[in-house]
Parts: sequence; structure tokens; C-alpha cells
Amino acid sequence: MDRKRILIVEDSPTMRQLLVFALRRMKDVDIVEAQDGMDGLRKVSSDHFDLALIDINMPVMDGLKLISLIRGEESLRSIPIVVITTEGAKEDRERALSLGANEYLTKPIQANHVLTVVKGLLKGEAPA
Amino acid sequence: MSGDRKDSFSRGEEFLQLFSRGAEFTKELLVENERLRTNLAGLEQEQTDASKTPEEWDKYREELQSRLQDLEEECESVRMRLQQVEEENQQFAARYLEVEEENNNLANLYVASYQLHSTLDLDEVLKVIVEIVINLVGAETFAVYLLDGDSGELDVAVSEGAEPSEFPSCSKPGGIMAKSLGAAEPICGDPTQPSNLEDPIVCIPLIVQDRPIGLIGIFALLQQKDGFSALDHELFSVMGGHASTALFAARLYSQSERKLNTIQGFIDLLTK
Repeated sequence: MDRKRILIVEDSPTMRQLLVFALRRMKDVDIVEAQDGMDGLRKVSSDHFDLALIDINMPVMDGLKLISLIRGEESLRSIPIVVITTEGAKEDRERALSLGANEYLTKPIQANHVLTVVKGLLKGEAPA
Repeated sequence: MSGDRKDSFSRGEEFLQLFSRGAEFTKELLVENERLRTNLAGLEQEQTDASKTPEEWDKYREELQSRLQDLEEECESVRMRLQQVEEENQQFAARYLEVEEENNNLANLYVASYQLHSTLDLDEVLKVIVEIVINLVGAETFAVYLLDGDSGELDVAVSEGAEPSEFPSCSKPGGIMAKSLGAAEPICGDPTQPSNLEDPIVCIPLIVQDRPIGLIGIFALLQQKDGFSALDHELFSVMGGHASTALFAARLYSQSERKLNTIQGFIDLLTK
């Protein structure tokens, strides 16, 4: 099985560390971290990624803007995107999904749930 | 010419060997055939004898019934064993889930304590506390109170969800925050009650060497957070211990830095 590359775009070092902890339980994954939307855009544009975990509220460039830019770029359009955010309102969820996010998870996260979602998307399964 | 003869001889030898192997195989087949004929004859004789005597039939039937019973017992025992294995399997699956959950909880606690002690800068420590309370606990409105060295009061140092001035004083008599500081233990209220800025749902006193140095008051949770789990209580406990020492260490460090700079200034003044 080839290695999968996952990009975490999250401004909180605490959350990044927690997500890295969770994702490292999967075998054959390389994890790259970005600390805001702009950093995420730079990294996703310059390298290949199989999946991106994106926070919404971030400095410099927020997650929604990043998602719309990724979905607007032909070469990046197929990357599965999982939103991980504190925003639990229905309209926030709908907005992120309408912009092209594949899954929408709210904080505080359950590491198992994140793993299940990530594994499913890496296998090409549609979100439940 | 001589070469052709040698070749003919060797081929002849090969044929002879082939024929002798064929002969041996044929002999073996004949012996096997004989043995099978004998067996068949014996079985036929047995069948004929049995058909002649009803007692023999009864004996066979009893033997078969006994064998059948043995097989049924064996089958039942295998079925029971299978059931046991399935039960064990379910227990292992449940245990696996427990271990997974424990693992996740430990990861959360590790990350929280690691981040709290990753810096000696007071503002950074406060930032980490805020991150933990938002991302790991799931709080929407909260304040971190710190002891003011001059007034001796606990004042809001950092807050989320409301302005610092909107949060109540820790010293409000009979208030949950005063109780929590007095008991030196986190106090956790009912998370389903409507939130207000009067009384926090959760109070985590920050105490070092029996002296309160601060308090974390959580007044409202994120809308998707509907209660507290065992992990949340562990996190309150970790915050009470580790955030206190991290804040204390950061304050000591900044004081020592300030003193060092003052002393350095004096030395520079004297030596220049």
C-alpha cells in the first residue's frame, strides 16, 4: 500500500498535536502541518496530498476561504477535505459542505471518530 | 561406428530399466488387487452373515446408535465451545474499545500537559490554557483569573465569549468560585442549565503550595457539547495541577528575567 499524505491546517498547536497523535495510529501516513489558511494553501499547492483536515477560524486566511480556493483549482479539486471546528451551528456546517468540504466534525473531537472518517475518505468511501 | 554401438547399448539399458520398473509396478498392482479382492470378499461375507442373523443387525444398529450419540455429544460440546469463543470475542471487542478510549483520553491529557509546560512565557501559557479549554473541553464562554500581586485579588487575565469586565468577581460571597477556591477543588455544575455570566458551570482553582494563584471559570459550553465525560473531569484535574505550576513557573521566570535585567543594568552602569 502506498503512503498517504495528510495536511493539517490548524492554528492551535494543541489541536495540531492531538490530531497528529490520532493520525499516527494509521500506518503509512505522512503528516504535514500548516498553522493558518495561507500556510495551508502554500503547502497544498506545492505538494501532493491525499486528504486535508482544515479548521475554520484561523488568522491570515480562514478555513472556508481555503476550501473555496482548493475547490476552485482544477489540480486540487479532488482532495477530500474534513473540517474540524468549534462552530456547531447547522448553517456553518451547510456552508462548509456547500463550499466543497467532504465531512464536518465539531470540537471537542473524538480521535476514533476522526480516524474512522479519515480512513473512509482515504479509501474513497462517501461520508455517512 | 563404435559411438553408435555405445549409444545403442545405453538406450537398450534404459529400455531394460524402464521395462523392469514397469514389471515391478505391475507386480505391486497385482498385490494391491489381491488385497482389495480379499477385503471385498470379507465385507460381502460379513454382509451375508449379518443378513442371515438378526442379532448381528441389532448389534450393528446399537453400534451405529451409540456412534450417533457420541457424535451428537461432540457436536453439542463444539457448539458450546463456539458460544464460549463468541462470548470471549465480544468481551475482547468491548475491552478493545475501552483500551481505545483510554488511549484517546491519555493522548488528550498528554497533549494538554505537554503544551502547558512547553513555554515559560506567561502570555503563551495563558494562550495554551485558552486553547485547551476551547478545543479539548469545548467551552464557549470562560475566563482565566490570575492573582494580582498588588491588590491580592483574582482578576480576569484572559477571556473568551465576553469582555473581561463582564465576568463576575471571584470573591463574590457564597459564590461557586469562592467555594471552589476554599475547597481547593474543581467544582462542576449542571451543564444542561441555561448559562449566564453570574455563576460558572465549572470552576477550576489554580493552587500552588496551598496558595490560590488563579482560577478558570467556564460559563457556557459550545452548543454541540451537551455534558461532561470522564475525560473532561480528568482534564479539569490536569488543568488544576499543570496550569497552576505552568503559570507559577512563567511568573517566576519573568520576575527573574526582570531582576536579571535590572542587575545587568546596574553592572553596566558601574563598569562603564
